[in-house]
Amino acid sequence: MSAVIESHNHDDHHHGPAKGLTRWLYTTNHKDIGTLYLWFSFAMFLIGGAMAMVIRAELFQPGMQIVEPEFYNQMLTLHGLIMVFGAVMPAFVGLANWLVPMMVGAPDMALPRMNNLSFWILPFAFFVLLSSLFMEGGAPNFGWTFYAPLSTTYAPPSVTFFIFSVHIMGASSIMGSINVIVTIMNMRAPGMTLMKMPLFVWSWLITAYLLIAVMPVLAGAVTMMLMDIHFGTSFFNAAGGGDPVLFQHIFWFFGHPEVYIMILPAFGIASHIIETFSRKQLFGYASMVWAMASIAILSFVVWAHHMFTVGLPLAAELFFMWATMLIAVPTGVKVFNWVTTMFKGSITYETPMLFAIAFVVLFTIGGFSGLMLAITPADFQYHDTYFVVAHFHYVLVPGSIFSIMAAVYYWIPKWTGNMYDERLGKLHFWLSFIGVNVTFFPQHWIGLAGMPRRIPDYALQFADWNMISSVGAFLFGASQILFLFIVVKTVMGGKKATPEVWEGSRGLEWTVESPAPYHTFTTPPKVN
Amino acid sequence: MNEGSKKTIKTLCFAVVGMFTFSFALVPLYNVFCEITGLNGKIELSATNDKNIEFDNGRDISIQFVSHNNEEMPWAFRPSEDNIQVKTGKYHTATFYVKNTTNRRMVAQAIPSVAPSNAAAHLKKLECFCFEQQELAPGEEALLPVRLIFDNELPSSINSVVLSYTIFDVTDYNDVEFTQHHNDDHHADHEMEPSI
Repeated sequence: MSAVIESHNHDDHHHGPAKGLTRWLYTTNHKDIGTLYLWFSFAMFLIGGAMAMVIRAELFQPGMQIVEPEFYNQMLTLHGLIMVFGAVMPAFVGLANWLVPMMVGAPDMALPRMNNLSFWILPFAFFVLLSSLFMEGGAPNFGWTFYAPLSTTYAPPSVTFFIFSVHIMGASSIMGSINVIVTIMNMRAPGMTLMKMPLFVWSWLITAYLLIAVMPVLAGAVTMMLMDIHFGTSFFNAAGGGDPVLFQHIFWFFGHPEVYIMILPAFGIASHIIETFSRKQLFGYASMVWAMASIAILSFVVWAHHMFTVGLPLAAELFFMWATMLIAVPTGVKVFNWVTTMFKGSITYETPMLFAIAFVVLFTIGGFSGLMLAITPADFQYHDTYFVVAHFHYVLVPGSIFSIMAAVYYWIPKWTGNMYDERLGKLHFWLSFIGVNVTFFPQHWIGLAGMPRRIPDYALQFADWNMISSVGAFLFGASQILFLFIVVKTVMGGKKATPEVWEGSRGLEWTVESPAPYHTFTTPPKVN
Repeated sequence: MNEGSKKTIKTLCFAVVGMFTFSFALVPLYNVFCEITGLNGKIELSATNDKNIEFDNGRDISIQFVSHNNEEMPWAFRPSEDNIQVKTGKYHTATFYVKNTTNRRMVAQAIPSVAPSNAAAHLKKLECFCFEQQELAPGEEALLPVRLIFDNELPSSINSVVLSYTIFDVTDYNDVEFTQHHNDDHHADHEMEPSI
């Protein structure tokens, strides 16, 4: 496929997309598949968001009002699983599909057919997962971390469907990562050395390696669960000589790199956007690359900070505390570089830049609460409270999700050829920004005051802040409908975009027309 | 596709298979790691080979016995004495009372655990009901013995040790295989204990 010789014009009708639905079913084009991934993740974002609305509606007041506790647990579990595996991860894979080939000057992904497969198995995975809602015994109800024996001995029968769907998601992620790595390692335009690659490409290269390393471990963990449930083994069953704590070790050996999988591409996105709208070259490119690599490597030796309270020996508690705090150093380097890039830049505040700045500020807040949680003795107080909920939502919602929204506003003129409505975009930003903070900031306080997580009812003293948190959640949820409207409106039409779109844009993707032709860089560009 | 791409794909596929295997290798690795370091309150589920462990000049410590019933396990299960005063370097025998309160034949397995966990490495047992499964007829009762010793190297900071047993209903399991593996040192992956 590397030897395709292109003698026609890019916009030659013969090379355009096929017509009808089969275009999307059979497509091997990286832009089509990127679009599919992005729409799929948007759909999952809305479904997972609807579940969050059920959760916040129930927590609006103390006492049981709307749903049964059993159903609440199912909502909680599915919300987590869908947002992690259905919304954030596929959105980043979609962005990688659209952008990585264009950024490195390649005509397409290295393995286009596998690319098609890795997308099209995803809808089945989530169909299987969501269908468990209608099964006898209900959907999985053990939280997204599915600790054994809650997810084995005490699980509803639908857990087998959950295991199967996690296997499919894992296969999809692994295939996607192989594709990204092979593309980046072997298909860069002549002259584009590794240290000249755009940071989004770097962030995805590192993310893909993390995925390759840990998704098989997740597959192993759910396979062990499957064997414990159906084949009489005792990996996690103490009666048969197994150990439930072993499950937590295996899960978090996957789980901690997983949380960086969900944030590293965001680092790449923020770097591009801040650079563009500051109209300055990014400060400290090389240190950005090294910081991401260090974060990725450290992510393998900090997993037990999720399990400080299981009865680890003192030496292990200390090791995991210090290792975790060490991650603040490369992360601090990144935040420093973003701020320094903005320093004395001629900044304009278009919607992508607003989201990117909010990302830097709010992600840093989430990072700081992470540092608080890393302090072992303090963690015994914070563990399993709303403080943890506030922490990981701060790094995931205004972290990962804001970066994805920033990326959509930033690149959508390149994808559709139309500018989005700047007024509506800003409105969406401010509604989301206020919504997210009103939702999650009070959760720090109720967490410190001792409200446990994963409960449908709570003590009366938490009532006020929970009500405020729910109001914020409804605002944030509703403003995503506005986001959907803005995206659809931009796809339908709007002010035409120029090839470079933004005044300060840098990178190969801005050298092709807007919208990007169906085939780009069939002859590799020269990079100096 | 060029040669470089093929090579990258091969390497990556190898890495995927390797990591999947590694996730299963974590099971024995975890056990070996805990055994070497004495972490996790793990004690051996087989009789000690160390015959020259008894000494005269031990110090006084207290052992507290705790019993748990796992899940819906209906048996009555409790230590004969909650608390005993012993000397390190000297063998003691304690007993647990157990009764099958149901009207069917049942098989049980007890799993021990020690707190604080750094005492685990210094606890040796000549004999323990946890080494094998217990089968009781309906209404049958028994006194189950454990013969144990704490060696003199027990850290001086430890004056009191909790020895806990959880009893599991294993009637539905393939009981024969389980006990055999437990008494076989080579099957390390079957010798894991719950943490405290």
